[in-house]
Amino acid sequence: MAFENLTKRLQMALRRIAGKTHLTENDIEEMMKEVRLSLLEADVNYKVVKDFTFEIKELALGEKIMKGLNPGEQVVKIVNDELIKLMGPDAETVKFSPGAKTVIMMVGLQGAGKTTTAGKLGWFLRKNNEKKPLLIAADIYRPAAIDQLVSVGEKLDIPVFSLGTTIKPEEIVIKGLKYADENNFDLVIIDTAGRLHINETLMDELVSIKKIATPDEILLTVDAMTGQDAVNVSVAFNEALGITGCILTKLDGDTRGGAALSIRKMTGIPIKFSGTGEKLTEIEIFHPERMASRILGMGDILSLIEKATESIDEAEAMSMMEKMMSGNFNFNDLLKQMKMVKRMGAFSGILKMLPGGSQLQNVDKVDDKQLVYIEAIIHSMTIDERKKPELLERSSSRRNRVASGSGRSTTEVNRLISLLEKQTQMMKRMPGMSPSALEKMASGEAIKVNPKPGKGRGFHY
Amino acid sequence: MGLFANLFAGKDRKAKAEKYKIGMEKTRKGSLSSLKNVLINANKIDDSLYDKLEEIFVMADIGVDTTVVFISELKKEVKNRHIENPKELENIIVDKLFDIYLKGQIVNTNIKYNPLGLTVILFVGVNGTGKTTSIAKMAHLIKSEGKSVMLAAGDTFRAGAIDQLKIWGGRIGCQVITKPDSNDPSSVIFDAIRAAKEQNIDVLLCDTAGRLQNKVNLMNELNKISRTINREMGSVQHETYLVIDATTGQNGLSQAKIFSEVTKVSGIVLTKLDGTAKGGIVLAIRNELGIPISFVGMGEKITDLMYFDIEDYIYGLFADFFE
Repeated sequence: MAFENLTKRLQMALRRIAGKTHLTENDIEEMMKEVRLSLLEADVNYKVVKDFTFEIKELALGEKIMKGLNPGEQVVKIVNDELIKLMGPDAETVKFSPGAKTVIMMVGLQGAGKTTTAGKLGWFLRKNNEKKPLLIAADIYRPAAIDQLVSVGEKLDIPVFSLGTTIKPEEIVIKGLKYADENNFDLVIIDTAGRLHINETLMDELVSIKKIATPDEILLTVDAMTGQDAVNVSVAFNEALGITGCILTKLDGDTRGGAALSIRKMTGIPIKFSGTGEKLTEIEIFHPERMASRILGMGDILSLIEKATESIDEAEAMSMMEKMMSGNFNFNDLLKQMKMVKRMGAFSGILKMLPGGSQLQNVDKVDDKQLVYIEAIIHSMTIDERKKPELLERSSSRRNRVASGSGRSTTEVNRLISLLEKQTQMMKRMPGMSPSALEKMASGEAIKVNPKPGKGRGFHY
Repeated sequence: MGLFANLFAGKDRKAKAEKYKIGMEKTRKGSLSSLKNVLINANKIDDSLYDKLEEIFVMADIGVDTTVVFISELKKEVKNRHIENPKELENIIVDKLFDIYLKGQIVNTNIKYNPLGLTVILFVGVNGTGKTTSIAKMAHLIKSEGKSVMLAAGDTFRAGAIDQLKIWGGRIGCQVITKPDSNDPSSVIFDAIRAAKEQNIDVLLCDTAGRLQNKVNLMNELNKISRTINREMGSVQHETYLVIDATTGQNGLSQAKIFSEVTKVSGIVLTKLDGTAKGGIVLAIRNELGIPISFVGMGEKITDLMYFDIEDYIYGLFADFFE
């Protein structure tokens, strides 16, 4: 999972101060060191890290501290808010032309994944926006680059316009656009050759293609494994061309992906999509706020919800979420949730996405049998107990009865009770998750998360 | 000027290093040239100077851990030798970089040819680092040394990969073994080894599909390829080059670590060093895993692959010192 290492490191740093009631400047200083190291290890640009930790320190020390939160929680909150700010604000997709066709130009260094991503993007926009895409093969330099695009196009059933390698890319683009008009394509994706941002001749070529094609989007494809140089590359491409968005590829690797933070902070270019696998359908809209919450171990709760709404009855999911938010989450709901989870896919994968889930030891070893056990335990409760979890919390004889009834140990019963408790608390603290935001999300719109100040109990580690 | 400067006083030596300097021009101008300015502008050796040095090394992708060790050793040295003038740090820094790379060993990064017959070289790496292009360049290099070369199109996954290698083969003038309908790279390489032996070819270069090191199935596939070569070559050890893109950040360490668990990596080919990236991660890889750098890619031409030379590399980074 991308960013996982950053999460761990930050969590460790934050855990150390979690119990403290009073933070000295020294404590904050110490914490910033950890935050700083973890960000540098994640390949976030040195200057970005410097600014970031400085801002947090100032905020933590300054007057902006909110009353009601303990100092540790305040720092956590500030880190969270700043990370969201740094990578945010919102998930953005392609801006379509109001005219007859939308033109997208793919640019980037060699080997970033432009050709594959061009195909993926065509597939994505055809599926989600009912576009009729045409790919233009304008990479005449790399041997067999055109063959590659043609083969990608064949696999996805997307037509590819090519004129071989002897005609100038500018000419190919002119003819390709004409072909698109004549054949009613409303989306054109131009695959250009990979080039170094310091190669003036080839950068000039892109500038003239831009003039010819007047693209609605110029998307910079960046390898998620890129180190400190991500800033140089994105700044140079942006200065030459005016980049409208960035696609982060190879996020299915074990890279920490700090480049995402750097690019956004240093250029302001939004990251629009991420490539998440070798299959030509493995592309997603990039969600900065999810990444931020994942970094802080808040779980990729929004991903979970979105996944849920795809495979679950919408109304069912909505009432479930509202229940969670209101804090009246009981065992009946937990059972329902488990059943939804069952429908969504492997349990262990889902568990990781839940708040605090990434902290559970051996999360990978949780097998789907656990689900059966949990069901057994809940079925052994009385109807009253299922509705009012506190009945079980108060009485050990009830817990023992449930244990023997379900054939599971008392420890397991206790664990389930505390899981419910934890979930309810976590849900209550999800920042800015209003029912209206959920509705928007259910209807497929991007949502904006407005972090609200907590009430003094948020963020437990 | 200390040892390092003297090393480059010789004309031949300097001419050779000059190539690196041109290739790494942008690299140098990026941030490491600021090293000289930092040292010149510092009044004394203090924490703020160390912070600046740290910045320079982290920005070169050398990595936090290696940088931290590096700076602490630098501090020790400064203390032991009672150094007060920042300008004196210059030589110590360069010497220390040598230490990190050489680790007291003599690093021989030349290709280990099999004196009795066929030499097999396997190319591995994550997606998009430049394996196929590096193979083409190396084929050209080896051929120009008077040896016969054959290529094996073992990337059976990426669209266009086989065509890409075929086009290069045509340009260089060497045979490319393909198996159009196979999706089993081991069998392609098996065929290629047989063909190379039959035709008394000196060197067989094997391409493989790019794979992210956390994909277990793909790494198992690579392991199978490696075993196939071992079986066919008997006691003759093949070379395995891990191709790493110079823009790669800290993930390079994970790449080197996991790839060498699956197949014995004999060296690194550092590609795209003609950009602004410094490729410092290879120093961390050498420092932490002991894997040396064997070749560097410096441009798009077929001749733009060179044997790695640590002196030239460091010279490329710090050439300002010697002008």
